[in-house]
Amino acid sequence: MNPAPSIVFFTVCSGAGYGLLFWLGLLRFFGLVPANAGFGVAACGLALVLVMFGLLSSTAHLGRPERAWRALSQWRSSWLSREGVAAVVTFAPAGLLFLALAADNEALARPMGLLSAAGAAITVYCTGMIYASLKTIRQWHHPLVVPCYLLFGAFSGAVLLALIAAFWGAAAVPAAIAAVLGACAFLLKRLYWSSVDGGRPVATMESATGLGFIGTVRPLDPPHTETNYLLREMAFRIARVHAARLRRIAALAGFAAPALLMLLVYLAGGVVGGVLAVAAVALATAGLLAERWLMFAEATHTVSVYYGVPDRR
Amino acid sequence: MTSLPQPGAKKLGLVIDLDTCVGCQACATNCKEWNTSGHMGPLPDQHPYSAGQEGVWFNRVHSYEAGDGEAGRTVHFPRSCLHCETPACVTVCPTGASYKRAEDGIVLVNTDMCIGCQLCAWACPYGAREFDEDQGVMKKCTLCIDRIYNEEIPEARRVPACVSTCPANARHFGDLGDPDSDVSKLVAERGGFELMPELGYKPVNRYLPPRRAPKVDAGPPKDAGPLPSQITNPLLRWVDKVLSR
Amino acid sequence: MPADGGATDRIITSAPIGDEVKTTTCYMCACRCGIRVHLKDGRVRYIEGNPDHPVNKGVLCGKGSAGIMTQYSPARLQAPLKRVGPRGSGEYAEISWDEAMEIATGWLKHVRETDPRKLAFFTGRDQSQSLTGFWAAQFGTPNFAAHGGFCSVNMAAGGLYTIGGSFWEFGEPDWEHSKYLMIFGVAEDHDSNPIKTGLAALKKRGSKIVSVNPVRTGYSAIADEWVGIRPGTDGLFIMALIHELIRTDRVDGEFLVRYTNAPWLVVRNPGGADDGLFARDADGKPLAWDRARGAILAETADLSPVLVGEFTLPDGRRVQPVFHLMAERYLGAEYAPEAVAERCGLDADRIRRLAAEIADIAFNHPLTLDIPWTDVWGRKHGTMVGRPISFHAMRGISAHSNGFHTCRALHLLQMILGAVDTPGSWRYKSPFPRPIPPGPGPAGKGAKPNTPLAGNILSFTHGPDDLLVEDDGTPLRIDHSFSWEAPLGLHGMMHTVIGNAAAGNPYKIDTLFMFMANMAWNSAMNPLETIACLTAQEENGDYVIPHVIYSDAYFSETVPYADLILPDTTYLERWDAISILDRPIGSSHGPGDAIRQPVIRPDRDVRPFQDVLIALGARLGLPAFTKEDGSPKFKDYPDYLTNHQRTPGVGPLAGWRGEDGSKKGVGEPNPDQLKRYVENGCFWRHHLAPEESYFKHANATYLANSKAMGMQGQSNQIVLQIWSEPLQKFRLAAEGHGAKQPPEHLRERVRTYCDPLPIWYTPLEQQQHDTEPFPLSAVTQRPMAMYHSWGSMNAWLRQIHGSNKLYMSRERATAEGLAQDDWVWVESRSGRVKAQLSLMEGVNRDTVWTWNAIGKRAGAWMLSPDAAEAQRGFLLNHVISEWLPAQTGPRLANADPVTGQAAWYDLRVKVTKVAPGEEGITDPLPTMLKPPPDMPAPPDILRYDVAETRR
Repeated sequence: MNPAPSIVFFTVCSGAGYGLLFWLGLLRFFGLVPANAGFGVAACGLALVLVMFGLLSSTAHLGRPERAWRALSQWRSSWLSREGVAAVVTFAPAGLLFLALAADNEALARPMGLLSAAGAAITVYCTGMIYASLKTIRQWHHPLVVPCYLLFGAFSGAVLLALIAAFWGAAAVPAAIAAVLGACAFLLKRLYWSSVDGGRPVATMESATGLGFIGTVRPLDPPHTETNYLLREMAFRIARVHAARLRRIAALAGFAAPALLMLLVYLAGGVVGGVLAVAAVALATAGLLAERWLMFAEATHTVSVYYGVPDRR
Repeated sequence: MTSLPQPGAKKLGLVIDLDTCVGCQACATNCKEWNTSGHMGPLPDQHPYSAGQEGVWFNRVHSYEAGDGEAGRTVHFPRSCLHCETPACVTVCPTGASYKRAEDGIVLVNTDMCIGCQLCAWACPYGAREFDEDQGVMKKCTLCIDRIYNEEIPEARRVPACVSTCPANARHFGDLGDPDSDVSKLVAERGGFELMPELGYKPVNRYLPPRRAPKVDAGPPKDAGPLPSQITNPLLRWVDKVLSR
Repeated sequence: MPADGGATDRIITSAPIGDEVKTTTCYMCACRCGIRVHLKDGRVRYIEGNPDHPVNKGVLCGKGSAGIMTQYSPARLQAPLKRVGPRGSGEYAEISWDEAMEIATGWLKHVRETDPRKLAFFTGRDQSQSLTGFWAAQFGTPNFAAHGGFCSVNMAAGGLYTIGGSFWEFGEPDWEHSKYLMIFGVAEDHDSNPIKTGLAALKKRGSKIVSVNPVRTGYSAIADEWVGIRPGTDGLFIMALIHELIRTDRVDGEFLVRYTNAPWLVVRNPGGADDGLFARDADGKPLAWDRARGAILAETADLSPVLVGEFTLPDGRRVQPVFHLMAERYLGAEYAPEAVAERCGLDADRIRRLAAEIADIAFNHPLTLDIPWTDVWGRKHGTMVGRPISFHAMRGISAHSNGFHTCRALHLLQMILGAVDTPGSWRYKSPFPRPIPPGPGPAGKGAKPNTPLAGNILSFTHGPDDLLVEDDGTPLRIDHSFSWEAPLGLHGMMHTVIGNAAAGNPYKIDTLFMFMANMAWNSAMNPLETIACLTAQEENGDYVIPHVIYSDAYFSETVPYADLILPDTTYLERWDAISILDRPIGSSHGPGDAIRQPVIRPDRDVRPFQDVLIALGARLGLPAFTKEDGSPKFKDYPDYLTNHQRTPGVGPLAGWRGEDGSKKGVGEPNPDQLKRYVENGCFWRHHLAPEESYFKHANATYLANSKAMGMQGQSNQIVLQIWSEPLQKFRLAAEGHGAKQPPEHLRERVRTYCDPLPIWYTPLEQQQHDTEPFPLSAVTQRPMAMYHSWGSMNAWLRQIHGSNKLYMSRERATAEGLAQDDWVWVESRSGRVKAQLSLMEGVNRDTVWTWNAIGKRAGAWMLSPDAAEAQRGFLLNHVISEWLPAQTGPRLANADPVTGQAAWYDLRVKVTKVAPGEEGITDPLPTMLKPPPDMPAPPDILRYDVAETRR
């Protein structure tokens, strides 16, 4: 699948934003992060900025962005619509949370925090389901895709929260969570990769054309000699060597290194912790962008089989 | 609501005969000329006279080779919307623009509502969705809905453009929900198959497989006579042969 | 919340397609289908097949359905042009039609007043040859032809000299009854939609289709069996089938005796002037050897001939029946399946099996129709019994230098099986069959200033006396057709015209006048050489070909090389006739012809070429185009179509003749004739009665009615010619007999190739150079969506085929270290061209091939110079030479030695990987062409939609 920058940015940004919102709401409720307004406004503000930036970025992918509002209507059947509805709905508690934090209204902030956390989790779940529900793309239609989205969002949110908390000298809890989630994410992504690498293609040229009863099927001529929308969008191909390198970057920079850094933040705290947290955010962002880019680039769509582009490189 | 309608009895669709399709592209271009001024038109073409020419086509004809060497065969394979009974392209649509008609099963896009998110294209396993990058909306085969019900067209020609134009009689149109329809009978007789049934979208269109070659007796002549190997000078046999007008 | 899309989607299901619908005849290829053109607000809304039309019965192929984009192409020429810079520079000035006509008249008048031969008038895939040929004869030049010489004259000549009809235009398989069809070298050829429809009908009935073709695409793809033969060896394969049939005694003796010259007696007098000629009586009628009566007239009704043996006529001449000579030849060991198998790239067992299959269908499954009929001997038959096996062949076997004999061999195979115009077999399309060969010889001798030539320029030679040569054998025609180089050159040799004109061989010309022929690109063998000829200059700076006039509707690669451009209309903007005098739309069900009518008005300053030609005829004072007072005889082409009479009562169109339109074939001009055609969907057809429908060569009813309708001048039996006497006459001349003999350098060639029985030989080009370094045969075909369609200016068709690759056997390529999409050099004895490789299963192992005419010259057809057609599309033409390898004596065309058919498919090449860095772009890459002035700028996005207002 074509790794359109708008979608790669959207899912990484909004995932991190919702992760941040999730942990802020939850940990604050339990008093595990600083309760002061400054911290709250910074964390909640960043979360909202990331979410909004992500959503705006996603509209760049639309052919008719001015009609984006229509996407809220089909929540009964469409995960994309559900994601939109969840995102919009989540803005209510999240906005109130921001106001409550700014106004130091703890009574409002605590329930709004919990509601925001729930909204964030639901929204990211919907995002994951958009991909996981597509039977046409086996790398997405996979039981680990939704857990990955949730975990990566939670992880990147926790890393961000640890960075912000570090300014208040209170990074320990989010850093510890991030370290654990990072390790889990590292393992989960490895598990996912090994699973999809060993997976069977949804279709082969023989099965897709129904001509397998004659023998091996090979493409002779495509319908048109130049490329087209479907080929650009669905038959994106990445070289094996290139993919392997990006996978290493994603696994190490995206998960292993930030997890380790988060462990150090937890242990070191203070200014050193802050500096390490900045590094962790930078690495995690780069790594997650690589992970998300690969999530598309390595995904194979059944239609590419009709064009003789095999599932395997 | 892009949830699917209650399944109707009528399932209009195409039956495509891979045994007679010669790959002439008539279905593709006739579809294009009908539909570019039709219900979902225009079907724009980018860079029509320069490098990278491409456009919106509802029908694309692939060519494959199946089997090896001389024993194999070349198969032309027209690909278009299969008007699935449970189409994912409809259920994933966030706006309701993509819909399936209850009355005849035709899958359409209301291009006034489409936001161009292209999720339906991702969801369709068959590559039947055609994105109009000029208008920013998704388009697709309408089964020539503006022909098949058009009282201004003689009844015999009220079939999709691809069917009426096909010189090789490789395309048939009808109600595949009716087991007694001509198309259903054809499918039964010829072992018509669905594409990728395992995905569960229940495509309505069927493909008829290439036939096996008819058997021709290549044995020795049936009338009594010498075996070819016993003939020494064939010319001599004609000396006494009595022939008349 | 918005409702679902269905609730608000406005679907209009009861709107008329357009405001108006007009019928006409398609011209997106040469198939001549009837179309219905729907118009809306003056633009074309939709083109569909006309369900009432006999050719396509409502269907329409990929090309015809893309006609809108040909109509609205930005490559349409806008106005007459006069060259103002050097040839090829593209420097033109727009001029008025008055000026254009004055210039053309000036040049042509001078030629006609001095030496009319100095006009070479050649048209491309023109369908108005009955007008253009007539015009040329009126002008007085023998130098006229259309593109048949480089297309399929072998097929036409092979058929017309053998069975009095041929494949495609003059015959077709019995689609309703055939049980077995074998097609040779057919790639979408010519009868586009009828073949597709017919193949589907055969398949539906469970008939078997066998395709003999080096490449398994198109029709071969749906064949039940593909025989991947090596190019140029079809004749050998056919003769092996004949060998097997004769050897196993599977021959339709009754058919041969009744309908062919198998019983005719041939004089055996080696070295004598009559050797190989038919033994005839005093009236010139051929003789046969009757079992009881000895030598009697072959036409005798109750003849019971002896077919083998040698006899002595009362006058002492030794004679043998044709059958004897034929059987003896093909029983020869050199035609045994084992002997030909390796050369053909086929298994001997497979050849034997195919022969047995054919025999099984023909002799174990004869087809009887309960239709009474009367034969030429007046005998009534209660039924029609036929051999339900049919054949079709086209360019694949035709475009070889051994193609004429291969085509004849195929007709011989049909005759042996008794499968000519019988139920289930190949059938004639009316008005064929015609006498073998028809009519008087070609016109062209004694061309004089201001004098028309009498007769048809493209006609049939019966022997040396009909050749157009000087006493010393020098050709009279610029293309050397009907000379000793191509004694049966019935369609001319367009591929040699420009080369010969530049070389002044046999003389220099003054004006080259071409219509619809892309001779500076894909229609030429070796286009760069052709361009060099068009731009060659004398020492004084004059062009060697002083004037070039070109008429075309589009900015093709040839336009920049003309001095005067007469822009034509599109096919939807003009009147035209698919004339009964030329190549009409008749079918086996009866004769027919058709017209085109303008369905839209041109939006440019262009005129139909035929109108222009008729107007030029009047300006030049050609007798048939001028009244006695010197004024124009015809207002325009429709006027000509209606009122021109070639012979009394016979005009371009056969339908609705007579003052009230009640006559068919022969009748006075009818002022309302075109109107009647339009009312009938732009075609006319006559249905044969059932008793006329088969055995037309010997069917008394058919022949009598055909004569009465003016379809031919006689109603005698048309005896199919196994042994061809005209060929033997040329051979005798080469052996030193008669007043007209070939020049020495051609004597052996004429003797060898003018064999009265079909022969096979290694294609000339391959005989004459070392093929060892060039192990692969290389051929081309046109893709279905582009066949005969001039398609690259068509925005839709060029999406389907915008570039072409070189296809090669996967197995062979892999063995040679070549992979899919590698860039390779394709090198022949005469040059090399760079291409990208594609591997496939369905191709003969010793053959490479590509789609023809997809490659375009940068800038032409209003395509941007970076278009795929110019960058990655390539022409195999660049490595084909129009001349045979150099030998002593004058150069000879790379063509069939009998007919002059261009031998496109004799090419041998080698394929090697390019050096690193050479990938990505084709070569040769001639400079970009500059478009004529005032061409519209092509849009970057096309949103064709004439119904915007409706939605």
